[in-house]
Amino acid sequence: MSNYEPVIGLEIHVQLNTKSKMFCRCGTDYRDDLPNTHCCPTCLGLPGALPVPNKKAIQDVILMGLALDCEINKNSYFARKNYFYPDLPKGYQITQYDKPFCHDGKLVVNDKTVGITRIHLEEDTGKSMHITEKGGEEYTLLDFNKSGIPLMELVTEPDFRKAEDVFDFAKKIRQIVRYLDISDGDMEKGNLRVEPNISVRKVGEKGLPKYKVEIKNLNSFTSLKRGVEFEVKRQISILEKGEIPIQETRGWNDDKQSTYTQRIKEEAHDYRYFPEPDIPPIELKESKQAKDNTDEIYLDEIRNKLPELPNIKVGRFVKDFGITEYDAQVLTEEIEIAKWFEESVKSLKDKKHGKKVANWIITEIMGSSQYQLSGVNKLKIQPLQLADLVTNVEDGKISRPSGKEILNILLTEGGDIEEIIQNKGLEQVSDTGALEEVVKKVIVANPKPVADYKVGKKASLQFLIGMVMRETKGKADVKIVNQKLTELLG
Amino acid sequence: MINFEDLTIKRLHEGYKKDEFTCTEVIKQTFARIKKLEPQIKAFITLTEKQALEKAQEVDKRINSGKELRALEGVPYSAKDVFCTKGVQSTGGSGILEGFIPPYNATAIRKVEEVGAILIGKNNCDPFGFGSSTENSYYQVTRNPWNTEYVPGGSSGGSAAAVSANMGIFSLGEDTGGSIRQPACFCSVSGLKVTYGLVSRFGVMSYGSSLDTIGAFAGTVEDLSVVLNVIAGKDEDDATTSEQPRINYLLNLKENLPKLKIGLPKEYFTEDVDPEIIKAVKKAASDLTKQGHTVSEVSLPYTKYAIAAYYLSGISEVSANLARYDGIRFGYSDQSGQDINSVYLNSRGKRFEDEAKRRIMVGTYALSSGYYDAYYQKAQQVRTLLKQDFERKFQEYDLLIAPVSPVLPFKVGENMDDPLKMWLVDAFTVTINPSGIPSLAIPCGFSDSNLPIGMQIIGPMNSEKLLLQLANQYQSITDWHLRKPRIK
Repeated sequence: MSNYEPVIGLEIHVQLNTKSKMFCRCGTDYRDDLPNTHCCPTCLGLPGALPVPNKKAIQDVILMGLALDCEINKNSYFARKNYFYPDLPKGYQITQYDKPFCHDGKLVVNDKTVGITRIHLEEDTGKSMHITEKGGEEYTLLDFNKSGIPLMELVTEPDFRKAEDVFDFAKKIRQIVRYLDISDGDMEKGNLRVEPNISVRKVGEKGLPKYKVEIKNLNSFTSLKRGVEFEVKRQISILEKGEIPIQETRGWNDDKQSTYTQRIKEEAHDYRYFPEPDIPPIELKESKQAKDNTDEIYLDEIRNKLPELPNIKVGRFVKDFGITEYDAQVLTEEIEIAKWFEESVKSLKDKKHGKKVANWIITEIMGSSQYQLSGVNKLKIQPLQLADLVTNVEDGKISRPSGKEILNILLTEGGDIEEIIQNKGLEQVSDTGALEEVVKKVIVANPKPVADYKVGKKASLQFLIGMVMRETKGKADVKIVNQKLTELLG
Repeated sequence: MINFEDLTIKRLHEGYKKDEFTCTEVIKQTFARIKKLEPQIKAFITLTEKQALEKAQEVDKRINSGKELRALEGVPYSAKDVFCTKGVQSTGGSGILEGFIPPYNATAIRKVEEVGAILIGKNNCDPFGFGSSTENSYYQVTRNPWNTEYVPGGSSGGSAAAVSANMGIFSLGEDTGGSIRQPACFCSVSGLKVTYGLVSRFGVMSYGSSLDTIGAFAGTVEDLSVVLNVIAGKDEDDATTSEQPRINYLLNLKENLPKLKIGLPKEYFTEDVDPEIIKAVKKAASDLTKQGHTVSEVSLPYTKYAIAAYYLSGISEVSANLARYDGIRFGYSDQSGQDINSVYLNSRGKRFEDEAKRRIMVGTYALSSGYYDAYYQKAQQVRTLLKQDFERKFQEYDLLIAPVSPVLPFKVGENMDDPLKMWLVDAFTVTINPSGIPSLAIPCGFSDSNLPIGMQIIGPMNSEKLLLQLANQYQSITDWHLRKPRIK
């Protein structure tokens, strides 16, 4: 057991999914388009161009703050952060400084509370592509499609002690931004970027170590976890030699599964923050007053948009539908599934079948290739149909195997349950007289299992039931078959 | 021949309606005049004769087809080179933007062109507005039409000189600390610095974003009112513009003016001010008392802090606003070095003028860690006090009247060795901008040496209507604004 423990805090950048950019009218849907096709004077930093803040982006960040129990600054403002880089067209980034929209929140992950230091709003930079030609000529190409995309930055307290918690926290953040519908939260596409700040101290030591190492380019959840694990090991091995790791920014190399030095931080950069004079301070109001103009942002309107968050939903599903916590977790992983499930349950005549609906969704629907390819909203089967199907099975109108067959048809082709039952003749055979004939036939045809059963091998009964089901093409009511077999076998 | 010296928008429109001349003739003769005078005056960096003639033909077609004249139909105008004009070089007066052709129009340009105004050229100015004499321009030194040995004032010296020499009827300018009022005064034309937020800044190269205002120069207050009608109003592209009730400034000129209480702030009439200027402004005040207004001395005790608050705010913002001129995407780019830093250093080092560099350096210093609180932050606190100082005064007085400049126009080269002295030339105009209030400069006399003298009428936020009304009344009883320079 190691004597060391990591101390980790996160900086998380989330590209918001607003229709237009943070400070201009350019569209944000640039991913499949040519470079520099979603640009205007403002996001290119042309002389004279001015920023006008995107109200929806501000509302989104506040919504996130409310979801994470943050305090909201009712008087906030944008600030300029000054530095030169070719993909930063104005020579300053419009961001926030000492008055972020949200601060002092928390999120519980794996029963541990992680402090949220702040959540603020800023603009993304353009993209630099460093090219080296075969002849050795080097140059950089710039693409400003990404310049000015709204970026939410979330900073946590250094509350993490395990790579696993970092991983779970990041997934939770993704889940929440998707619940709030403010971002796609896709790490692979770069619209969710997690940058851990890692240092290591001896167990029992208090306070932050004198150095910290930031890791960049972690572009998947797996690399996030591996990157943290690698870095913690690397730092421990340095500390064990009696040395102290250098304060620096390290990149993650996915091929080598290791981190490497990217930039050694010299003395603190002076960004010369000052309030952005082109944008008046943002004043949030509690609720709408009659004389207000349309530009105002109201906290109560944002609060009303706050959906039930995953943790609370899990608890309610367990309580209301009697499902296990694990199943509730699975059903609430994505808000669309949770919604689909609830809609299905809503149309059940007999509410006690909710648990069955949950099972069907988890094992049959979520296991289907149709779901895995295109998600729950593109399914041909409707929530109401699943409710009907479950009811039919539970009421004994069709057998469970027939139910699965119908579900498969609904997933692949869609259609009407009643019609499918009619066309395929799937109505369950519950006629005892008709079934008795089949049962007798099966007994005659299978003397060995019958003999086994009679000497006490109870498992043979299952075999005989199976044979009856095969004879009836799965339409027989299993309960009646069971009953008849036991009766006839004495 | 068209008499350009008497030409106002109203007179021009009468001429169009009565078919005395066509717009094409007006534009042709305007350029003939420019060609004659421009070698002495040097008011323009770029002339747009070809586009102007094309526009003039369109205007003539409209007029011939019997369409109603729009507010600025066929009116030749110029604009300070800090305005972005689509397809026309816009340098801001700085070498770093030599050859820069914007792909878009500033909102003010778009608005005047939408109602028929015709751009004749872009005016010389101090780079990005940094200066009080137009001598800092990368391109040329503009001369005062009243005496070409003298400066036209600055930074919008080219605009003021053009209007003064009747090269175009009005000019769009930009006033951060007097850049409209001081050259208007030096060249004896009318110049309006509007309330901050009344006119969109979109598309105008920023100097000090929290101080910059877009206004205009014209020969008469009446013409200024026509232009203001067109350019005022909230703009979706400028978050600092404000929603104001729509006012027809021109119609209001004819309204009956109530008897006003006018204050003369004593801090603007000290012994440091040229006595001829004090005499002329006090005479103007007494002319106004004859119209029934009352005039008395007042005090604005915070005035002495205004210059520091102005320069600290302005140049701090400059240091960030000029960062975009990095030689990467537009304008001058020096790629002789080996790395990105040398592109920055060489482009900016070679093409920013001394005054631009001076302001970037001082502004960067003022925003640096550890100094922010003492400088920028303190300046913002002082601005709050300055605003309150004015607000209190405007509870008692309707308007204030003061000299525009403490000095008469000076000779070219006279102040170029002393940057601080040059900064103080603006002492009476920079004090207004930190408070955001409007001020209108109008001619009110001449020195014994026949150099123009001007006064400014200062009012509370959004009081342009009243400023224009009083100035119009003054121009109806005086003829200073009608005197024209004799250009050799």
